[in-house]
Amino acid sequence: MSKIAEHIEALNKKGRKALTIFLTAGYPNKNSFTDAAKAAVDSGADILEIGVPFGDSLADGPVIQSSYYKALEENINIKDVLKFVEEIKSEKNISIVIMGSSNPINNYGTKNFINDAKNSGAEGIIVPDVTLEEYDDFFAGTNKSIDKILLTTPTSSEDRIRSIDKMSSGFVYCVSVLGTTGVRSKFDETVIKNLARTYSIVKKNKLQIGFGISSGEDVRRFKNYCDGVIVGSAVVKLLNEKNGIELSSKLISELSNACLIE
Amino acid sequence: MQNSKVKYNYPDNNGKFADYGGRFVPETLMSALFELEDTYSKLKNDPNFIAELNKLQKEYNGRATPLTFADRLTGYYGKAKIYMKREDLCHTGAHKLNNALGQILLAKKLGKKRIIAETGAGQHGVATATVCAKFGLKCIVYMGEVDVKRQELNVFRMKMLGAEVIPVSSGSRTLKDATNEAIRDWITNVETTHYIIGSVVGPHPYPMIVRDFQSVIGKEAKEQIIAAENKLPDYLIACVGGGSNAIGFFHEFVNDESVKLIGIEAAGFGIDSGKHCATLTLGSEGIFQGMKTYLLQDGNGQVSDVHSISAGLDYPGVGPEHSCLKDLKRAEYYSITDDEALDATLLLSKYEGILPALETAHAFAYLNYLMPKTKKDEIVIVNTSGRGDKDLNTIIEKLGKDFNE
Repeated sequence: MSKIAEHIEALNKKGRKALTIFLTAGYPNKNSFTDAAKAAVDSGADILEIGVPFGDSLADGPVIQSSYYKALEENINIKDVLKFVEEIKSEKNISIVIMGSSNPINNYGTKNFINDAKNSGAEGIIVPDVTLEEYDDFFAGTNKSIDKILLTTPTSSEDRIRSIDKMSSGFVYCVSVLGTTGVRSKFDETVIKNLARTYSIVKKNKLQIGFGISSGEDVRRFKNYCDGVIVGSAVVKLLNEKNGIELSSKLISELSNACLIE
Repeated sequence: MQNSKVKYNYPDNNGKFADYGGRFVPETLMSALFELEDTYSKLKNDPNFIAELNKLQKEYNGRATPLTFADRLTGYYGKAKIYMKREDLCHTGAHKLNNALGQILLAKKLGKKRIIAETGAGQHGVATATVCAKFGLKCIVYMGEVDVKRQELNVFRMKMLGAEVIPVSSGSRTLKDATNEAIRDWITNVETTHYIIGSVVGPHPYPMIVRDFQSVIGKEAKEQIIAAENKLPDYLIACVGGGSNAIGFFHEFVNDESVKLIGIEAAGFGIDSGKHCATLTLGSEGIFQGMKTYLLQDGNGQVSDVHSISAGLDYPGVGPEHSCLKDLKRAEYYSITDDEALDATLLLSKYEGILPALETAHAFAYLNYLMPKTKKDEIVIVNTSGRGDKDLNTIIEKLGKDFNE
């Protein structure tokens, strides 16, 4: 079993859902990023998902996009991301997955990226624009040393969800809604229905739900349909404020409390 | 049929043109891409669909477009005969309607009531707004803020046609960013919406579908040149941004080895200036907007900011089939600067009475390089992809002073 899967399993057994916090690498700026990441761990994040900035990310909404643009002003690249991972791992006992669009990874060299990510201490990678159909070509020649996490969405058929479960390790990332990343003011009933459907189909892997989750209330609504939740935009948005780390830590504590299974 | 030694039959079942193409999009869109591919593969051989599309192409779009002998331009160079395939005479002023008409019929078959599109120069936006008006469907066009300014006339046209034009302020605020935003809209509204991509770009099956709808250009041109000269042409020239007019022009000739296919990209201020969009000349393999293709990018895989005087060529990627044709050495690609394109605009206006789009002018500008190498008994056809009325603001800004003196 993968380390991340074991970690989620252990948390579930202890009576809580896993909390994954997404942070844009090098945001709010290059110097304060690792402080923000360490504060997230101290406030209750169980897993960190660190995003490689990319100026043309298709799956991201305005908040994450503008955090990428800001990070790119300081030229944050994959080498920086790997250094950040190393630094965080040297100080904190935390699982880390790296999320990135296919082009920066392809440009770096996918094989090298996977080796270097592994050596940095990262345990998984998510490449949202590489789906089942491109998986074999994109990851050709790479080993299984690192978890490759695929995504399901409300438009994925049952068959696809089964294949995604089969091809993934670490966990399966269940996208809760249609659309890009970012806070949703409400979720309708079809969202819950789809989460229940996905949770019942995914058997091999742990399932974490992401996209649009921004509060303890959201977590409480979703936690019966998953093994963990992923929160990104809501945290990234707070990091842009004056007391960003303080504010985001408060939110992460709230989310973490909501992850307790009653 | 011509004898063919080249076995050219792309894309394959995975949507790949050799190493290029594919479907690099978030999972949310995969079901829509399969639905589109499935529907298209059934429709393309359906006699009713073919008849309906042909009728629209003829009665609404004005096809077949003429092949015009450019006698004065031929005289100017004094070498091979130059013909022009007159896509500028299509309804709405460019080849873009060929694709929009095909795709609106597809949308109808898919039962989608909301249409989105991206546009650079505004020609594809106008074409999409036009077919939406004709078919009574809601139309939303994404357009970079920079392009909204420089193609003001087309923005106004789209609004008159009932479309909503959404200015895009992210990134370089041009075609690439308009396309990102359209894809994000599609991810959000995929269940109700059909995305009419304007060029041979994006995830499979789009590069194939758009090529097929545009290939009417080359099919007509082949019949017309054989009727006029009783032989195949020696050279085809077309401008390449995303590359749909070029692919539509080339496709019918790909297996005719004697016909040289030449694509012309925009060199902007010059390919050494860093301000250009000569993707096939200077780019490297990348993954962008759903496709693997040549891409202008930096050492970290960030997509470059590009420049061309022509909003329709101002794109850092290129259709995957062009990447494939380049690697196979079946087509050749060169680039033309802003200034050369402006000169060609004036030359064609004065010698042939045709004001070409700035995009199209890039193809004509290449005649300066090609013609000295040609022989009198050879034939060159330039795809005259669009007319230049939309560019008058840009041209006045650049050349207005010269005319007032």
